[in-house]
Amino acid sequence: MPSERKKLDLAAVRALLNGKTNGRDYWRNLEDLASTPEFEELMEREFPRQAIGWSEDEDSVEGRRNFLKMMGASLALAGLTACTRQPTEHIAPYVRQPEELVPGRPLFYATATTLNGVATGVLAESHEGRPTKIEGNPEHPGSLGAADAFMQASVLTMYDPDRSKTLSYNGEIRGWGDFFSTLGEILAVQRTKSGAGIRILTETITSPTMANQIAAIQKLYPAAKFHQWEPAGTHSARAGATQAFGQPVNTYYDLSKANVIVALDSDFLASGHGSLRYARQFSARRRVQGGQTSMNRLYAVEPLPSSTGARADHRLPLRANDIEEFAWALATNLKVANGPTKGENWDIYKWIPGIGKDLQQNAGASLVIAGDYQPPIVHALAHAMNEKLGNVGKTVFYTDPLEVNAQDQLASLQDLVKDLDAGAVDLLLILGGNPAFNAPVELGMGDRLQKAHMRAHLSLYDDETSEICQWRLPETHYLETWGDARAFDGTVTLQQPLIQPLYEGRSALQLLQMLTVDPEASPYAIVKGYWGSQHKGADFENWWRKSVHDGLIADSALPTKTPALHGGAISSPSEKPKMAGKLEVIFRPDPSIYDGRFANNGWLQELPKPVTKITWDNAAIMSPATAHQLGVLKETLNAGDEGVPMVELNYRGRTIKAPVWAQPGQVDGCVVLHLGYGRTRAGRTGTGMGFNPYGFRTANALWHDVGLIAKQTSGSYEIATTQNDHVLDTRRQIIQSGTLAEYLKDPESIRAGAEGPPRGLTMYPEWKYEGYAWGMAIDLNACTGCSACIAACQAENNIAVVGKDQVRRGRAMHWLRVDSYYHGGVNNPEIHNQPVPCMQCENAPCELVCPVQATNHSAEGLNDMVYNRCVGTRYCSNNCPYKVRRFNFYLFSDYETPSLKLLHNPDVTVRSRGVMEKCTYCVQRINHAKIEAEKEGRTVREGEIQTACQATCPTEAIVFGDTNDPNSRVSKMKAEKLNYGLLADLNTRPRTTYLASLRNPNPELEA
Amino acid sequence: MPDETQIAEPRPNEIIAPGYTFGTVTDQIASVVLTGKTPGFWLAAFTIGFALLMLFLLSVAVLLAKGVGVWGIRTPVMWGFAITNFVWWIGIGHAGTLISAILLLLNQRWRNSINRFAEAMTLFAVACAGMFPLLHLGRPWLFYWLFPYPNTMNVQPQFRSPLVWDVFAVSTYATVSLLFWYVGLMPDLATLRDRTQSRFARFAYGILAMGWRGSARHWSVYETASLLLAGLATPLVLSVHTVVSFDFTIAIVPGWHSTFFPPYFVAGAIYSGFAMVLALAIPLRSVYGLQGLITDKHLDNCGKVMLATGLIVAYAYILETFTAWYSGNVFEEAAIWHRMTGPYAVAYWALLTCNIVAPQFLWIRKVRNTPVLLFIASIVVLIGMWLERFVIIVSSLAQDFLPSSWGIFQATRWDWATYVGTIGLFLFLFFAFIRLLPMISIFEVRTLLPQAKVEEEVRS
Repeated sequence: MPSERKKLDLAAVRALLNGKTNGRDYWRNLEDLASTPEFEELMEREFPRQAIGWSEDEDSVEGRRNFLKMMGASLALAGLTACTRQPTEHIAPYVRQPEELVPGRPLFYATATTLNGVATGVLAESHEGRPTKIEGNPEHPGSLGAADAFMQASVLTMYDPDRSKTLSYNGEIRGWGDFFSTLGEILAVQRTKSGAGIRILTETITSPTMANQIAAIQKLYPAAKFHQWEPAGTHSARAGATQAFGQPVNTYYDLSKANVIVALDSDFLASGHGSLRYARQFSARRRVQGGQTSMNRLYAVEPLPSSTGARADHRLPLRANDIEEFAWALATNLKVANGPTKGENWDIYKWIPGIGKDLQQNAGASLVIAGDYQPPIVHALAHAMNEKLGNVGKTVFYTDPLEVNAQDQLASLQDLVKDLDAGAVDLLLILGGNPAFNAPVELGMGDRLQKAHMRAHLSLYDDETSEICQWRLPETHYLETWGDARAFDGTVTLQQPLIQPLYEGRSALQLLQMLTVDPEASPYAIVKGYWGSQHKGADFENWWRKSVHDGLIADSALPTKTPALHGGAISSPSEKPKMAGKLEVIFRPDPSIYDGRFANNGWLQELPKPVTKITWDNAAIMSPATAHQLGVLKETLNAGDEGVPMVELNYRGRTIKAPVWAQPGQVDGCVVLHLGYGRTRAGRTGTGMGFNPYGFRTANALWHDVGLIAKQTSGSYEIATTQNDHVLDTRRQIIQSGTLAEYLKDPESIRAGAEGPPRGLTMYPEWKYEGYAWGMAIDLNACTGCSACIAACQAENNIAVVGKDQVRRGRAMHWLRVDSYYHGGVNNPEIHNQPVPCMQCENAPCELVCPVQATNHSAEGLNDMVYNRCVGTRYCSNNCPYKVRRFNFYLFSDYETPSLKLLHNPDVTVRSRGVMEKCTYCVQRINHAKIEAEKEGRTVREGEIQTACQATCPTEAIVFGDTNDPNSRVSKMKAEKLNYGLLADLNTRPRTTYLASLRNPNPELEA
Repeated sequence: MPDETQIAEPRPNEIIAPGYTFGTVTDQIASVVLTGKTPGFWLAAFTIGFALLMLFLLSVAVLLAKGVGVWGIRTPVMWGFAITNFVWWIGIGHAGTLISAILLLLNQRWRNSINRFAEAMTLFAVACAGMFPLLHLGRPWLFYWLFPYPNTMNVQPQFRSPLVWDVFAVSTYATVSLLFWYVGLMPDLATLRDRTQSRFARFAYGILAMGWRGSARHWSVYETASLLLAGLATPLVLSVHTVVSFDFTIAIVPGWHSTFFPPYFVAGAIYSGFAMVLALAIPLRSVYGLQGLITDKHLDNCGKVMLATGLIVAYAYILETFTAWYSGNVFEEAAIWHRMTGPYAVAYWALLTCNIVAPQFLWIRKVRNTPVLLFIASIVVLIGMWLERFVIIVSSLAQDFLPSSWGIFQATRWDWATYVGTIGLFLFLFFAFIRLLPMISIFEVRTLLPQAKVEEEVRS
């Protein structure tokens, strides 16, 4: 090997790639662009020179610390349990069995989870009184049966041993009575000055009950002020609506009627209110199956590849700043604005006529979606375009805002700061949220908050804000208390507890109640009381029971309205800030830990982020070309195996050091920083992971700004990814894809030569699968790569968290993974996501080689794994071509932490050290259904069994069923021409098959 | 050393130096054991072996306490050093059985002076090898589930798995090797019993000699047993490494799934085995002054065997590359390509250098007759053969079918400690053997003497 590293000539590589657009040439990472000498040089080096080296072993300080964080909760807990009063326990059999409670059989209750205040209905699975798993609520409009990764992981948060467990005052343990009497004293004083010293800071509130409480409190204390702060809130959308219509409105969409969709930096398929519903509607329009031959068309304009961008038929990488110009140009083309038709950056304008024409041809059945993180003007332009296209009332709907007291949250926060500085705040109640960590940096909330005389923080965790408050109040988890909140369309979703509060927590609802005339009312009484007052008509009790049972109040969606576009809403484009040799900085909530609130959730920390597959960290994400300019590209290509280089970021006089992640498909000249990391007081899992971009984020540039300077700095950083590898030979046939037009003309065109050997080609008689023959089909055309399935699988199957160090060593335990492959040029590749569970091969290579018969084939075609019998030779994993088997290299499962014991699914073994494990199509669910069917003397019905991944999938990309039943959905999917088996030529006969991915490009833009 | 002056330098083609008598042969070999003085070389080597053995015990303790995660194995490289070391040690063992059994049947009389310690080497190498399949298990305490024993669960091993074949192959091999070695040792144990001054040693050797008196009847039974055991052991030389190679060929992993692995592995095993014989014989004979018994002719013969097996191995490497290309199979092609250019390229080219280029010097008689050069060549081959197994196992696994799952094995300190530890175990056992038992078969060497020949001729 040559000893010197040559500089990478990116231009040459790119030229080569752009010239080579034919053929299916997928690559997993930059390194795969293998045909230039430069890249070959890189290829040789993508792994450590010294293949066998003295690697850091688990004994290193960091490794041990992480491992302990995961595993050693028991120790700390042993100490903590001493602090909580153990309830008296009486063990006695039921004299009369509670209705419907059959030991061993789970019950499902409808409840609601909120993110940014907006509710999604879920069903919580309860095993003998302990919630273990979240499913979507099929009757809820915001869920339609699906759930996202945050919801799936929320049960872990509830059982998190690091949760705030006791109430304390200046570090001393107190009771709620102490707080209540202190509060009473303060309120007595405040009453005399009509509450002028009371400030209440909350997260976004959409709860009608809370609205009622707030109104009541304001009546008692007219001068008290309520503030809301949501770091990743829809601030721009609110301002944009105000700009367009003169009033804040809530916008939602109906994608089932949209033929053409333009996403202006909107990741509507995977984040934001209603995304579960949108993903379902969107993918339903892309299913070229069962006679459907048409597809919708999605144009996505975005700076970094998102799930939505990955699914787009045309994806245009633009800097966040340029998207405004793009919106102006498109609006100009549609004649709703008077903007430029050409500019310096031709990329922005190249597709405008084509897209404009496509939109106009589908007027009334098209949609322009502005991203939550785009400035208000982009939202206003989108509103104007949708109105012009006649989409309002068809694909776009407006209602009154969901929030209580819809306000400019930033202005509100700045108002609070002013009062704090003036010393006017006697009592500051911070209900949820973590403003000391996530408020704009120049407000210096960490110090400012301390200017309030009495501070109380109600919170799930003892976090950065709790640290500076005298009173630290433990909050209840949503599965522990009553509440309500509005969904994306305003539907009131009822939050029902599944379990008594594990600790001494109380909810925000209860805390607000303490300020009212009836301070000690129970949360149930508060919520039910409010709805009792709202319900018109007789028989409240039945209505209430039905609403609680359904998890939502029927027909409570906010009425749609058609606000008129404000006359001067759209003036002329403002001067765009010049780059002036600097970079653009983009802030985004993290795909897995969001704004930082999920930082202590091991499932989410370890969830590979869509596309990048990074776990446990954030990074300064930039395009390969930008990294090249900064001189930090070449080594980044080895990310995952070696450390990545560090850059020093400088923005508005503040400096952060961050590891570099070069991401193909990201636009040049910008750096994306995911918020939420760099927590200093998150708990054992989240503290100290990553770096904190909130340190850059100011009130006037919440989402993006020009003016970042990055330069290479010393040191390197180890990033743990679940996939860091690349090259996919064109002949490997891992992803099959094509365009809709080609496919309709010749369905075999997607095949490109891949075929399995004929079934008869064996000397042995074929095994007949009598009865059931379970199988799965995964529609790659629907999958967005959102990774909710991974989290669902983890929750359902008691999959252990292994920690960053072990992920880096290739030991992540996820049974289901989502591979992502890139195809095409490094600056804008097609991105293919591929969920890979166990293929349940009929000719399973793993079964043949197990010396102890620990993995066997069931008569129904499942590749069963007998954990008890496994001795851990790991031969099966070596022989698995799909590498879906996972091994317990250590005792990864937590057998010790008491609260985590409650979390486990009792139907699934908790695996011990030295045992192989893998996906079994949720065999516990299959058996459950089979037993039920047998009891009733029938066969299992189609759709009766849903695997965990299938149930949670927003796009219904994963379909499971009996392949012996020709009418089952899975059989029909497998009969499609799109169906193919992964590595079929190995003759493994996978039961899991894929439906090829299709794109529907606009022929005008292709030319 | 008694009567050294009587013994002349052996001529190039002799397998025993002229001047030896029955008495001097016995004296020289037995004195290594029966002397009260322990040479410094032995002490040094034994101390190193013992220290490394302690390291081995430590790493095993850590392994059992924590789990196989202390090694660098990962998805997708689930086998790393442990299986590499297993195959390597088993291969080394092969030379002993080949020398003692096959060469016996082929009436290669030069084997008589090296078969004893070569067999001992086999036993100890198999002991080292046998450690790894146990230790590498995720749950080593359940290793006995690989044996077909009657149990209430009514579950038996899965006989389609090559790992079960391994269990039988290796345990049979170990048993037959032990028996063969012990049977061959009995007349010499009796000799030691008769010559030792220490009461304890006399008692111990007496027990072990099982009442051997050297009667004609004893010798007759001995000859029959020895021939039978040689007959039993002969197929094992071929079968054990064939079965070990099945661990790989049965799997579908590109780079493993190949029909020519059995002969390739057997040749490789004999190759490394003879390298180990030389690596042990050369220092031993110079330290103990045994040049008269282990002559340059022996070294020359071993060198020739190495050269021949080395050429077979070289042919296998070429064939492996050729078939990968000729198959037209994308995965096979990529596997070999990754081996040559990928993360393990250094190891791959190093192994080619060690195993193909270095042995070519053995064509030169001068090299074969220069113990120092031969010693270096044997060490080079031992390293090369270890690398070969490492590359086959690890590089094939690291990059197989789905690029999304590719990952690189990086050995940890415990990987190295366990490996080096078994070298310690080997040295410990081997030097204990040197000190306690005759390292050269006394009675068989005596048959090489001209006096013995005369007798035979007279008799016949």
